[in-house]
Parts: sequence; C-alpha cells; structure tokens
Amino acid sequence: MLKKELDEEATKRLKNIAGRWYDQISSATIPYISLPTRTKQNIEYDEKSEVWKYGNRETLRSASSAKGAMHLLKMAHVVGFLKNQIADNRSSTLREMYYISEGWKRAKFSAQDESNMLVEDLEIVTELSREAFHLRPEEDGASVYGSLRIKEQTRRGERIIHCREDVGEAGYPIPNNVDNLEFIDHDAKFVIAMETGGMYARLMENGFDEEHDAILVHLKGQPARSTRRVLKRLNTELGLPVVIFTDGDPWSYRIFASVAYGSIKAAHMSEILATPGAQFIGVQPSDISNYDLPADKLTEGDIAALKAELTDPRFDTEYWRKEINLQLKLGVKSEQQAFASRGLDFVTKEYLPARLSEMGVI
Amino acid sequence: MDLAEELASKQRSISVAEFFEKNKHLLGFDSPTRGIITTIKEAVDNSLDACEEAEILPDIYVGIKKTGKDVFRIIVEDNGPGITPAQVPFVFGKLLYGSRFHQIRQSRGQQGIGISAAVLYAQLTTGIPAVVTSRTGHKSPAHRFELLIKTETNEPEIVKEEEIVWDRMHGTRIEIEFKSSLAAKKRLLDYLRYTSVVNPHARIRADIDGDLHNFERASDEIIVAPKAIAPHPHGIELGLLKRMAAVSDKKLKEFLIDGFSRVGEKNADEIIGISGLKNSRKTSGLKIEELKSLLSAMQTVSVPPPPASQCLSPIGEEMIIKGIDKEFELDFVKSRTRKSQVYSGNPFIIEAAIGYGGKLEAEGTATLMRFANRVPLLYQQGACAITNAVSQVNWRSYNLSQQGIPTGPVMILVHVASTNVPFTSESKDAVAAIDEIEKEIILVMQDLGRELKNFLSRRDKNKQEEERARAVCSLLPDIARKVSEIVEKPVPDTAPLEAQIMRKVVAKKQTINGTVEITVSNHTRSPVSVTVYNMSEDSAVDAKPKTDFTDVIGDEYNKLWKAEIEPESAWKATYSGSGSGTLDVRGVDEKKLVVVDLDA
Repeated sequence: MLKKELDEEATKRLKNIAGRWYDQISSATIPYISLPTRTKQNIEYDEKSEVWKYGNRETLRSASSAKGAMHLLKMAHVVGFLKNQIADNRSSTLREMYYISEGWKRAKFSAQDESNMLVEDLEIVTELSREAFHLRPEEDGASVYGSLRIKEQTRRGERIIHCREDVGEAGYPIPNNVDNLEFIDHDAKFVIAMETGGMYARLMENGFDEEHDAILVHLKGQPARSTRRVLKRLNTELGLPVVIFTDGDPWSYRIFASVAYGSIKAAHMSEILATPGAQFIGVQPSDISNYDLPADKLTEGDIAALKAELTDPRFDTEYWRKEINLQLKLGVKSEQQAFASRGLDFVTKEYLPARLSEMGVI
Repeated sequence: MDLAEELASKQRSISVAEFFEKNKHLLGFDSPTRGIITTIKEAVDNSLDACEEAEILPDIYVGIKKTGKDVFRIIVEDNGPGITPAQVPFVFGKLLYGSRFHQIRQSRGQQGIGISAAVLYAQLTTGIPAVVTSRTGHKSPAHRFELLIKTETNEPEIVKEEEIVWDRMHGTRIEIEFKSSLAAKKRLLDYLRYTSVVNPHARIRADIDGDLHNFERASDEIIVAPKAIAPHPHGIELGLLKRMAAVSDKKLKEFLIDGFSRVGEKNADEIIGISGLKNSRKTSGLKIEELKSLLSAMQTVSVPPPPASQCLSPIGEEMIIKGIDKEFELDFVKSRTRKSQVYSGNPFIIEAAIGYGGKLEAEGTATLMRFANRVPLLYQQGACAITNAVSQVNWRSYNLSQQGIPTGPVMILVHVASTNVPFTSESKDAVAAIDEIEKEIILVMQDLGRELKNFLSRRDKNKQEEERARAVCSLLPDIARKVSEIVEKPVPDTAPLEAQIMRKVVAKKQTINGTVEITVSNHTRSPVSVTVYNMSEDSAVDAKPKTDFTDVIGDEYNKLWKAEIEPESAWKATYSGSGSGTLDVRGVDEKKLVVVDLDA
C-alpha cells in the first residue's frame, strides 16, 4: 500500500471511532467501545493462520463509570492527536506521546503503560499497526548476522547491505519499520535466533553461520515487534526454517511462545508478527539432565510461572507438558551459556548440530 | 441538770418543711438558677398529669417575668380539671400532700413534694406568697388564693382567698416569685422541648421574659391515664404489708388474692404453705414476726409479672417519631417500644429512639434525651443508668464513633416508664443502676443501632453513586467536544445523557421527516406521573397515543397528554407536523427534570 493510501485509511478508521461516539452522544446513548478481552483466557488458536488470536470475549468500555468515562476521554485525545499527526506528516514515539499528553489536562496519562495499552486498543479496533498512525516503536530492533543481502529504504536514500560482509561484529541492526526492508538474496538454510548476546557472539566467533549456512538473529530478551516481524518475513518470504535458542527457564519459554504463537498483549497482531513454524531448540529441561548442565534452583516465581504455563493455551502440547513437568520435578533451570562448562566449542560442534539434525533442520 | 436532760430539752420533732428548708438540694433547689427549672418542671408535670387524668388535651402556658433585681415571677397555667377550693391550700401549701403516692401506676409526680417545695422556696427567698387560681368548671367560680407554708407545722397559711372572674372554664394557674436567674435558659428551653417531644398531645406556650416559644401539638390523641394496680407480691416492703394487713378485715387467703396483683388461689395457697401461717388467720391480727415470714414467702413463690399494660402508658413508637419530627429536623429517625419487664416486682417499659443528621451538631457527643415517666431528666447525666447503658453499647459496630456515648450528628432518646422509677435521689435527676433496666436499654440500643447502620450504609451507597454520576457528568462535555473536533461536526448536547446518569426524567422532542416525536424517559428509581404540554401550530389529530386534551389558543394548539412512567422506561407520542413550538412537562420536581427540544 502506498504511504498516502495508508495515511488516508488510518485517518478514516480513526475518524470512524470518534464518529461512533459522536452518534452515541447525539442519540443520548452513553458512549462506549467494546474491545476483545486481553487475557490468556481469551486467546484462541486460529487454524487458518496457525497463530493465536483473541477470542470472542469482549470488554465493554463505557462512560457510565468515572473510570470508563476517563478512559474514553483519553482515547478521544489519542485519536485526535494521531489524526493530526498523520495530517501533518509527523511521527512520534509512544514515550513522546506520553509527554505530549501533559497538555491534555485531566486526560493526561498517569503512566507510560496506560498510553501503550491505549495504542494497542486502537490497533485492535482499527486493525492497523501503530506504524500506520506514525507511531515509532520505542525499543530498537535486535541484530542479524549471516549470508543475507538486504535493501533498506532510509531517510537518506536506499542502502544495500550484506549482513556479514558489510557489517561489523555487532551485525546488521534491524530498523524500526521493517516494511522499509527488502530481502535481495541469501545463502542460508535456516535462521537461528538467540536470547542472549553472549550466545550470539559465541556462534559468530565459532563461525557457526558459515559452517552450517545459518542466519544468526539476536533477540535481545523479549523480542521487539520489528525483530519478530523480520523473523516472520525470513520464514515466509525466503522459506527458511526458524529455530529459537533460549535459556532453560519459564521466562525464556515465553520468548519462544511470543515468536512462534504471538503474544497475549499483541494477539491482534499475531498474523503479521508470529512465526507459526518456529521451533524451540533449547535449552530444554531434558537437556539439563542429559548433559548434566550446571543449574540453579527454581525460585518460587519460576515455579508459579511454569504452573501458569501449564494453563496457557499456547503451551498446551504434549511436548511442553512433558518438558515443563520434568522441570518442575527437577526443580532447576540452566542458562544457554551453561554449555561452556563442556568447553567453548561444545555448543556449536556438538549440541546444536545434534539438535538440528534431530529436528530435521540439517 | 445532767447532760441527758440538757440534751433532751433541745430535742424536738422537725417538720418536713423545716427539713426541706435546710436540705433544698435534695429536691432540686440547690441553686437559684436551678430553682426556676425545678419549679416549672414540677408545675408542668402536675398540669400534664392532671390533664391526662381528666382526658383533656393539655394547653399549658409558662411565663417568666423579671420583677426586680434577681427576682422572677414564674407563672404556669393549664386547662386541666382544676382543684377544688378546699384542696388548693393543701396541694400548694403542704409538703407531702398528694393523690398519687399510694397508687401503683405510672405518673409524673408522685410524692406531692415538688410544687409545695417551690412555694416554700419562694417564701424563703422573697417572702412573697404564692398565688394560685383554680376553677373546676363553668358552673363554679374561680378561686384565688395567696398562700404561705407554716414551716414549723408544715401546714398551709392562707394569706388571702377570694372568688374572682376568670375567663378560663377550668384550669389552674400558679404564680410564684423567688430569687433566681435566667442563666440556665438554654436548659429550660431544652426541658420544654424535650417535654414536648414525649408529650406530642400537649401544646406548650412559653414567654421567657419576652422571648416567646411555641411547642405545637403534633397529635390530637388523648392519652388515657394508666390505671392503678394492686401491689405485686415481689415488689412490696414490710411497712406497706403491715399497713395493708392492719386495715384489712379479711382472712389471709382472701387478703392475698384481693390485695395483690397476679395472686390467684394456687399462689395464695403456696404462699400460705411456705409462710407456715394458718389460712383462717385474720390479717389484722398478724404479729410483726408473722408478717415477716409472710413477706418472705410472698417473695419466694413464683408469681406472673404485674399487668403492665394497665398501669403503664408508654408513648408508643409512632408518637415518639411524631414528637421528634416536630422539634428536630432529622434525616433519619427510628423508635422502639419494648415489651414490659419487671424489676423487684415493679413493671417497667423501655422506649427509645435514635435520630441522625439534619440539623444536629456534626461534632461532639450525641444529644442524649433521658426521660422517666414522660419527664425529661436534665441533670446528672453522668450518674444515670441510661447514660451508663448507652455507653456500654459498642457503637463502633454500627459505624459510629464513641466516647462513652456515641459521637457525631446523633440523637438518642430513652424513656423509662414504670410504676416506680428508681431514681438515685429525691430530686429525680438520674435513674438508679438496676440490672434489668440497663439490660433492656442495651438491647433496644443495639436494635436501633442496626437500623441506623442500615441507613448509614444505604446513604453512603447513594452518596457514592451520586459522586460517580457527578464525575461522569463532568467528563461527558469534554468527550463530546473532543469527539466533535475529530469528526468536524458541531458539539452535541450532553444534557440528556447527564440527566440519564443523574437519574432524572428526560423529556425530548424531535422532528424527523415531518413526524414529531415526544419521548419522556424516566431514569429515576420510582414511577412518575406526568402531564406533557406541547404548544405548537400542529393540530396533532393523528397523534398516537391520542391527546388527553387539546385546547385551541389563537392559531396554536395546546396539546396535553397524561402518562404514568415506570422507572427505566419511556413514554412516547408521535404525530405528523412541523415540530415547532414548545414542550413542557409537569408533575416532576424541577430538579429531577430535563427538557430537551431538538427542534429548537
């Protein structure tokens, strides 16, 4: 879609929201808006797109309560602000919008979280991503390293970059708006995404990308939308399998889940953000016992998180039930860099090749 | 002369009047300030008692006039049955002369001390005789007396007696002049107001040295005076038993059955059996030791409680509320009349009320109104069993704070009605601590406390809801403004929405494509009955529903509909027309109504 068309569409949809409220008020109906309930109880697996999306449960936001009225007023301010921003061809970050709200008197945000939630609400209602409203994500994307040539549309013109030959040790940094990227060519058989920078550097140093024709992606913890978007595009556009390599603890499994199935918070974006084919390499709880990895005891929080995952529809598979129950039984967790206890080359020479062939990737 | 003889020469009997002269405080004349209140209280009590006995609705005038430095003339006049001329000197000029002392029933005055004590007090401070005017009916003339009391003998001294012409058909007027001050005026007004609360059948006019106060009658129901009952075997003392036995010519069993309440054949036999006396004995011949064993037998046998309904006259829940409502404007009042109970053979009834809010002081301790046999108790609150019982209640569990008695805008009324109210002293200021009485007061307070708690939580809920509604209403115009800015349209009127949220009645007129539509929506919590007036050039002959009335005024039609609308529902009328003109709705408080004319 051309930028102009996208802007017009975004403006139209924003005005529609305000228009509904206008009609409600004019007909003496207390203004309201209904949104999908954003909890794990209300995400459902969509067979067609193979991702998790919001179900049918809706939460009604109505001005009949003081809290609801305030929410609607804030929402109206955000809609007005975004509409003007598109018209003026400006853009801002969520953080900037949070500060701009200082001028909205009573309707100003009391915390950044509130404005984030509101923008997510708007994405859901308009079925557009925040980028369509000229809102730039705060977090910077992670980096990519490997045999991949891309073309990036920058503000200073087009750049063609090879993600190994034209970049330094840190790799190619993924831009905020991934829609400005084009993949030109590549020489890879799969993509491996890692949670920690340490492991990313380890694979780079050990030449894993060249040896196994892999594209390395650094997730930087819970991956930003742009990172997930890149993974999705590498998977669908280039047909490359994606594997995820994280620590062996409940929080890391959620990183995998958000890449593979979509996150609960952004389930409305699952279709463009989630990579349903992504596979989990490890660290698996069974690896901890099989390789006798150095481990820490599970904290109470870890145990609670593992138990919560047992009720999370995204983890409702035989594989995850088995692994999570095993971990609860072992009572321990290990970091991915714990493989170093068997030598610095163990992870690239032994563990990963073994797992990858086991999973049928190589 | 030896010492004993010397002492004997100084010993002589003391008359009650002399005794009183030295012990004024015992009867409530301990200070000049207090004397004025005690005098009025005694006179008003007598008037109310007299009216009650004669079944007359009391009309009482209370006057206080300053006649000299520190000298006041107190006048109390009633429309009671009057007092025969022969009795007047004794009623007012002799202490301990009364008709009610020997009767077992609820009455205000009892001993016949109060008003003659006031006469004596006047005599002691100013020497001016009391003036009493009384008339017993239209056939007899009024008599006017000037009276003093001979203190040595406790006999009346008639200074002057004359027949006079009095415009009153019947009634009594007493004028007493003594040294006093009006320092306790507030307390005096409290006394009159409280008296009026528990005597809603009385009208009291007061002229306090030119300052006029009226306490209006709230009920025309004549109070039936309680009837005297025979003493109860559990509530009798040896002295009375001895006197009763001496004057009776009956045999023991008959004496017990006839002379005491609730004693039947079976009980009498039982008492006689335990006493060890012979049934054939005449009571007049019983010796003191025999009387003692009879008394102890009477008190061991279980006898049903005395018949309270005859001898007690509780004010009644409804009357208490009427009385409170007329003197105080409160947000909440509840009252209770408990079932009669007995202490030491004396029947009693506890009545109580609790009030909240209105014009009561928001700070400080609650207003506690104590009553004994419909008489307000004004002094010694701290020493009173009523205060003690009220303080024992855990008011915090009824959402009130407390410092002994509860604090905040609270009013508590407690009435102890009994054939024999146990006072701590003869000045009758405080009820003595009797377990049975305190227990009853605590129970009634807990009952009323629960009622108050319900009221308070309901009120808080309503308050919260109103605050919520206000908060929403303050945001709606902002939302409307912002939204219309986005859609680039004129700002819509949020009044109907606000009315809905504030739970009002919203009347709306709107004309679309030549059809005029009038709707009246009831967002209140109760059904409304409204009349809708619509004045315009449209004749509305096709109106649905049909108009209840159409009036032609010049070239305009004044259309009228009547509608009953349930809560959360709406009434609608349509007709074809231009929709110009006016819309008006009657039958709803203006504060609860919003009229929106969308054609205007």
